[in-house]
Amino acid sequence: MISKTSLGMIAAAMFGATLFAAPISCLAEEPAAATSHVAPIPPPQDWSFAGFFGKYDQAQLQRGFQVFREVCSNCHSADHLAFRNLAEPGGPEFSIEQVKALAAQYKIKDGPNDAGDMFERPGRPSDYWPSPFANANQARTANSGALPPDMSVLAKARGIKRGFPWFIFEALPGFAYQEQGADYIVALMNGYEDDAPKGVTLDAGQNFNHYFPGNKLMMPKPLSDGQVAYTDGAPQTLQQYAKDVSAFLMWTAEPKLDVRKKTGFRVLIVLAILAGLFYATKKRIWADVQH
Amino acid sequence: MSGPSTYVPKSAIGRWFESRLPVMGLMHSSFVVYPTPKNLNYWWTFGAILSFMLVAQIVTGVVLAMHYTPNTGLAFDSVEHIMRDVNWGWMIRYLHSNGASMFFLAVYIHIARGMYYGSYKAPREILWILGVVIFLLMMATAFMGYVLPWGQMSFWGATVITNLFTAIPFVGDAITTWLWGGYSVDNPTLNRFFSLHYLLPFMIVGVVGLHVWALHVVGQNNPAGVDIKDVEKDSVPFTPHATMKDSVGIALFLMLYCWFVFFVPNYLGDPDNYIVANPMLTPPHIVPEWYFLPFYAILRAIPSKLGGVIFMFGAIVMLVLLPWLDTSRVRSAVYRPVFKILFWVFIACVVGLGYLGSQPPEGGAVLAARILTAYYFIHFLVLLPLLGLFETPKPVPASIADAVLHGGAAEPAKA
Repeated sequence: MISKTSLGMIAAAMFGATLFAAPISCLAEEPAAATSHVAPIPPPQDWSFAGFFGKYDQAQLQRGFQVFREVCSNCHSADHLAFRNLAEPGGPEFSIEQVKALAAQYKIKDGPNDAGDMFERPGRPSDYWPSPFANANQARTANSGALPPDMSVLAKARGIKRGFPWFIFEALPGFAYQEQGADYIVALMNGYEDDAPKGVTLDAGQNFNHYFPGNKLMMPKPLSDGQVAYTDGAPQTLQQYAKDVSAFLMWTAEPKLDVRKKTGFRVLIVLAILAGLFYATKKRIWADVQH
Repeated sequence: MSGPSTYVPKSAIGRWFESRLPVMGLMHSSFVVYPTPKNLNYWWTFGAILSFMLVAQIVTGVVLAMHYTPNTGLAFDSVEHIMRDVNWGWMIRYLHSNGASMFFLAVYIHIARGMYYGSYKAPREILWILGVVIFLLMMATAFMGYVLPWGQMSFWGATVITNLFTAIPFVGDAITTWLWGGYSVDNPTLNRFFSLHYLLPFMIVGVVGLHVWALHVVGQNNPAGVDIKDVEKDSVPFTPHATMKDSVGIALFLMLYCWFVFFVPNYLGDPDNYIVANPMLTPPHIVPEWYFLPFYAILRAIPSKLGGVIFMFGAIVMLVLLPWLDTSRVRSAVYRPVFKILFWVFIACVVGLGYLGSQPPEGGAVLAARILTAYYFIHFLVLLPLLGLFETPKPVPASIADAVLHGGAAEPAKA
C-alpha cells in the first residue's frame, strides 16, 4: 500500500533539473528509464470493456470497489471520485440508498459554520472520496517518503510500449488497445518477488517488482489470496482481486466508457449511411461528366 | 477564375440587399458557379475537410472554454470536471483533442497533394505560402492547446519548446523570460497560452480567407497540372459537382475521426498527460504530439542547440522556398517519372523522421535521424533544383479535356 516513484524517476527528476538549464543538449543524452533489467510487457487480460461493444461488468466494478475501499484507499486518494458516481449508470451502479449509507460512514470536514468554526459531518453522495492523508507531505511521511499516486485517472496514466509495428495495430478496429493501464496494474499486482534476483540490491523499504519501471517499488505487495472477503462467490484470489480492482480503476479513470462506445456505434452507422447517400448523389451528378 | 457574377436575386428584398452589399453574389460566384477542373480526384477534397475541421475545432473549443479554468492549480481538475460532470463533456473534449490530430493528418495530406501535383508553381506561389502560414499558425495553436490540460507532458513539452528561444544569441534568455512571464513555465505562461490558443484559430480563419481568395484568383490546380483553357470543356461548376464530392470526402473522413473519438480516444495522446504537471519530476521521455515528431527529430539530430532550432525552422522555410527550388516547368508528378520516385522517397524520409522523433535519441537512432535530416534538406536544396534541369518529362496533355479523354495518360498533342 506504500508506493514510491522508482529510482529511475528520481534520476529523471535530477535529469529534469539539467533539462531546465540546457534542454537540448540533454535531449541527446536522455537516460533509459530502467536501471536493473528491462521490464517485461504486461500480459493482456480479458476485459469486458475492451472492443467495439465493450462495457463494464457491474459485478466486477462492485468487487473492485470493495478491494479499493478495503485495501488501496488506505494510502491512495481518488480526488475526482464522488460518492454519487458509484450510483451513476455505466459504473458499479450501487443503489442511491447504498451510496447514502456508505457516504454517511465517512466524516467530512465542512464549514465554516455561522460561528466561523470548521466542523465534521457525515458524508453525503455529493461529497468526494475522502483522502487518507491531509496533504502530500503527510502522505509521504506515512509512506517512508513515497507519495502514493492519486487513483482517479491512474489507469489512463499508465501505458505499455510494445514498439513497432504493434503500436500501429493498436489504433485499428479489431486490434484497438486502450486497456493498457488496466493490464499494467494487474501485472504490477502479480509482479512482486519476495527476494530480489541476484545482482539487484534493494534499499530499506524497497520491494522488487518485475513490471515496475526500474523494478524497485516502495509499495509492498498490496494484495494476496484470501485478503478481501467477497460476498458474490467470486474466487478470492490475488489474480481475481487484481483484475477486479483494475477494472474499477479503469472505470474511475473513464467513467463514460459505456455511453461513449454505445454512442460511437450509432455515430458510425449514421455516418456510413450518410457517406453512402452522398456517394450515390455524387455519382448521379457526375454521370454526365467525362472525368 | 471567378468570372463576373451571374447571380440574380429572386426576391425584391434580395435585389435591394444585393445592390447595397453584394455578399450573396460573392458567395454565388465563389462556391456555386466557380469553375472546377473536372479531373480532380479525392485528394482534392482535403481542402473542404480542413475547412470542416477548422470550424469543428472552433465550435468544440468555444464550448470547452466555457468549462475550463486556466490556472495551474485548477486546470487539470477542470478538464476532469469536463470529462465527468459536464453534459457530453467527455465527447466535446475527445472531439477537440483528437480533432487536432485529424486536422494535422488532413493538412499533411493536403500539403503532400500540393507537392505531388506541383500546386505551388506559378501562378500559385502566394496561395502556397499562405498555406504554409496557416500550417505555422496551426502548429502554434496546437502546441499551446496541448499545454492547457496541465498534465506532465503539457508542462514538460512547454518547458522544452519555450527553452528553444534561449538559443537566440544575446537576447535569448530575456525573450524566454518575457514569453514565460516569469522565470519558468508557470501560471502566467498558462494564462497567456490560453489567451493565444483562443486567438490564433481566428487568425487562421482570416488567413484561410486569403488562401481561398488567392485560390479563386488563380484557379485550382489538378492532376494533369494544366490550367483550365475552355471553361465548357475543362471544368464543371463548383456546386453541385465539387460540393457533393467534398461531402463524400468529409463523411468518410468523419468516420475515421469518430473511430478515434469513440473507440481509441487516448491512442494519440500520452499517458503521462493524465498525471498532473509536476515541475519537480521530469518524465523519462519527453515526446511531443505525433504531428510534431519529424520536426522534433530534426531538432535533436543537430548536436547544437542553436543549430537544431535553425534547422527545425529551416525545415519549414524549405516549404516557403519550394516554388523557386523546383525548377521544372512541368507541374504534375504524373508527367515527371523521376520526381515521382523522389516524392515517395521524401514522404518515406518524413515518416522515418517522425518515427525517430518518438524514439529515445540513442545509438543508431541518432545516426539515422542525422542521415534523414540531411536528406530532407538535400531533397529541397539539391535534388529539386537539379532535377528540373536534367529530368525529361513525359509530354503534358494539351488540356484537361485532353487528359480526361486519354485516361490521364500522356499523349502527344494532336495537331
